[in-house]
Amino acid sequence: MVTLDPELQALKENLLEMLDLTKKQLASCLGAIEDGNMKMAKDVLQKEKRINDLELNIDRDCENILALHNPVATDLRFVLATLKISSNLERIGDNSKSIAKFVTKNIKKSNLHILEKFSAKRMVNIAISMLDDMGEAVEHDRVEPAKRIAEKDDELDESTKHALKIATKLIKEDPENSDLIIKTYTIIRRLERIGDYIKNIGEEVVFHLEGKVIKHSH
Amino acid sequence: MKIIETYKVNAFYGSNHVLKDITMEIKENSVTAFIGPSGCGKSTFLRMFNRMNDYIDGFRKEGDILINGKDIYKKSVKLEELRQEIGMVFQKPNPFPKSIFENAAYGLKIRGVKDKKEINERVEKSLKKAALWSEVKDQLNKSAFSLSGGQQQRLCIARALAVKPSIILMDEPASALDPISTSKIEELISELKQQYTIIIVTHNMQQAARISDKTAFFYLGDLVEFGKTSEIFTKPKNKQTENYVTGRFG
Repeated sequence: MVTLDPELQALKENLLEMLDLTKKQLASCLGAIEDGNMKMAKDVLQKEKRINDLELNIDRDCENILALHNPVATDLRFVLATLKISSNLERIGDNSKSIAKFVTKNIKKSNLHILEKFSAKRMVNIAISMLDDMGEAVEHDRVEPAKRIAEKDDELDESTKHALKIATKLIKEDPENSDLIIKTYTIIRRLERIGDYIKNIGEEVVFHLEGKVIKHSH
Repeated sequence: MKIIETYKVNAFYGSNHVLKDITMEIKENSVTAFIGPSGCGKSTFLRMFNRMNDYIDGFRKEGDILINGKDIYKKSVKLEELRQEIGMVFQKPNPFPKSIFENAAYGLKIRGVKDKKEINERVEKSLKKAALWSEVKDQLNKSAFSLSGGQQQRLCIARALAVKPSIILMDEPASALDPISTSKIEELISELKQQYTIIIVTHNMQQAARISDKTAFFYLGDLVEFGKTSEIFTKPKNKQTENYVTGRFG
């Protein structure tokens, strides 16, 4: 075992914790939009800080490893990938927080049907399953789950397009409610962005494990 | 353009087979690093380029080594001429017990250069190339031993440069030096590559990564991987190379 191994293991554990927490935040968002559960929405707002703290810890640990151990090859790729993965997870956390905030401010039971029409629950479930794949890929150094998330991201993109059509239709039908419909649609946009961030994470996992750059159609 | 070509080179110390079928091409004006654990054959291979192993009892080689297209193991090759073409710098600075000037001029004088003006010019030029001139120009007659270790090593490099070689072999040239002297030697290597082809054996992986264009990884007499340094240290093709550069064996 090299002196770097315990450092890399600790970094991986922090990253897995961040992944798990991000997934739980999304699961709480699901609860919040499913039946307007305020407790779950508030739970997301409270736990957001923990995700930010983990990102800072990971940044600091990566900086130390780079400065003190001069990692190369797979070790270097892992550290570089971890930096980017944690940054993407933090953004997913930000978006979850925004969804939760929306729920606390705007959701009334009567408006939940708009989210239902947008298939928001299905989208959150897809995003959660993408994070599951990422957890498996990172924990077991497996590239297959990372490669298969691109398809799931496409599903989220399709759902977003579909939701836009529905939003347009709803506004035409009920112009007085357009403000709420547009605000609700922003949740869909946030879920679509979350899909993009998870796709980025998948690309970083492939970079770490295979040394291949697959982002930007490389 | 390639300056060194080796083809299926094998080397033996008695019955000990220390290099196995090494085929490699080295381009001119490049820095090539040889890395690998002790006993992997990298220094033996380096020393074959100016036939330093010829003096070792029981040493035997097979295969061809061509420098500028010529087989350097042909009987007609004169060792003095070969070593003028291919200079060598060793791990420990080894200046002669002479003045700084005499050290730099040594190679010229034993090759029969007598013109004082020419000697003075070439000594100055080689000391400048070795980035030592500004530090020693006012004390050229002082003993070489009065210099620091790092300065002595640069003097040895100047001594090698004075006879106008095209290739410089370096066997762990900075391993006995402090970090500042090491960085001066590394800086010097990067500058010298404009005019010379440099091959360096080093145990310092970061050094190989910093200064070389290509890296060759040797293990138990085999050339395991030879490629661009940037690739060897980011995504090596061979698992053994990866394990070695990440410190997981060796």
